[in-house]
Amino acid sequence: MARLTAGIASSHVPLLGVGIDQGKTEEDYFKPIYAGYDWTREWITQPDNKPDVVILVYNDHASAFDMNLIPTFAIGCADEFQPADEGWGPRPVPTVKNDADFAWHVAQSLILDEFDMTIINDMDVDHGLTVPLSLMFGQPAEWPAKIVPLAVNVVTYPVPSGNRCWMLGEAIARAVESYPEDLNVQVWGTGGMSHQIQGPRAGLINQEWDQRFLDDLTKDPQRLRKLPHIEYLRETGSEGIEMVMWLIMRGALGDNVRELHRHYHVPASNTAVGHVVLENC
Amino acid sequence: MADRVSEYLAAFDDIPGTRVYTTKRARQGYWLNQFCMSLMKAENRKRWLADERAYLQDWRMTDEQKDAVLARDYNRLLDLGGNIYFLAKLFSTDGLSFVQAVSTMTGMSEDEYKAMMMAGGRSPQGVRSIKEGN
Ligand SMILES: [Fe+2]
Repeated sequence: MARLTAGIASSHVPLLGVGIDQGKTEEDYFKPIYAGYDWTREWITQPDNKPDVVILVYNDHASAFDMNLIPTFAIGCADEFQPADEGWGPRPVPTVKNDADFAWHVAQSLILDEFDMTIINDMDVDHGLTVPLSLMFGQPAEWPAKIVPLAVNVVTYPVPSGNRCWMLGEAIARAVESYPEDLNVQVWGTGGMSHQIQGPRAGLINQEWDQRFLDDLTKDPQRLRKLPHIEYLRETGSEGIEMVMWLIMRGALGDNVRELHRHYHVPASNTAVGHVVLENC
Repeated sequence: MADRVSEYLAAFDDIPGTRVYTTKRARQGYWLNQFCMSLMKAENRKRWLADERAYLQDWRMTDEQKDAVLARDYNRLLDLGGNIYFLAKLFSTDGLSFVQAVSTMTGMSEDEYKAMMMAGGRSPQGVRSIKEGN
């Protein structure tokens, strides 16, 4: 039986990929950002914690999807995915290998569970997916886990509600539990935290709001589930809405979770960086 | 029954200095954003950089959109249906980082903007709602 063992959340700021790719991790600007991931990079190599498969929830930033197709929830089911060329050449990171048997199982289970997923085979994956991999795994020759990409539309409104994201997480947990193979599965939710990269209000950061969001992932997740889009927009900037993707991760875990690790830092580029590791208790 | 869609959308216009990327903007900016997307290919970037006006002739954009592209007026492009992740292809082709391009929309210099970010970013105080002024 596959087991859902932990949930990880992290920002996926493109600059954090650049910093790693260009060997800048020791520079003053970057050092405190990456330092917050040291704990996780150590933790995740322990035999009990090392995932066989990660369901990686992220959003595409006009890389694989243009304005022609806007899937609300899409799951990658091919055997592998290449890092996208986002306009300055693909990141020098390993090909992302999927566990396609598992991914197809999850896709089928979600659809039978009334989540009408879009299924994708041919897709390049952008910084939204590859930056968290670099933050958690460093620079290996091959990624040490299989990755199921799960892309969420958080660009064109209406994006899915926090509650819908939560429910998708619950359905993902059921899909994992019903898979016969013995796999250690993690769900990662990425993006956020507060940031706005457009218009005269750009640069908005709301540390107080972000910290309360981090607190309530364990203390009061039901509050987070009900937050309307307008609150994310007003309080956390237009791109803070990415945090609904964290709720897919959180919904996949049980009622009670323990926070194993937390990291928060301002700024990385235009963004507040947040990162937590959660496990069921 | 109250119209959920218009209620949902109306609140977006109450956020200062922010253009939420609604379906209305997505329709208005369809070709503008698809044009930006074309710059992801190296051969297109080359053709674009060689002659911007000639390149734009192939795209079904309005004259206003074309002028704003040529002027790199990003706030105007947002108003005309551009989305920042698509516009990013345009400023990346110019060799600008996100911070550099984003700062041009704020009325601050790049250095002022960077200093604000290093000091913890823009406070939400006073820029949550036009109506409430909070
Ligand atoms: Fe993102």
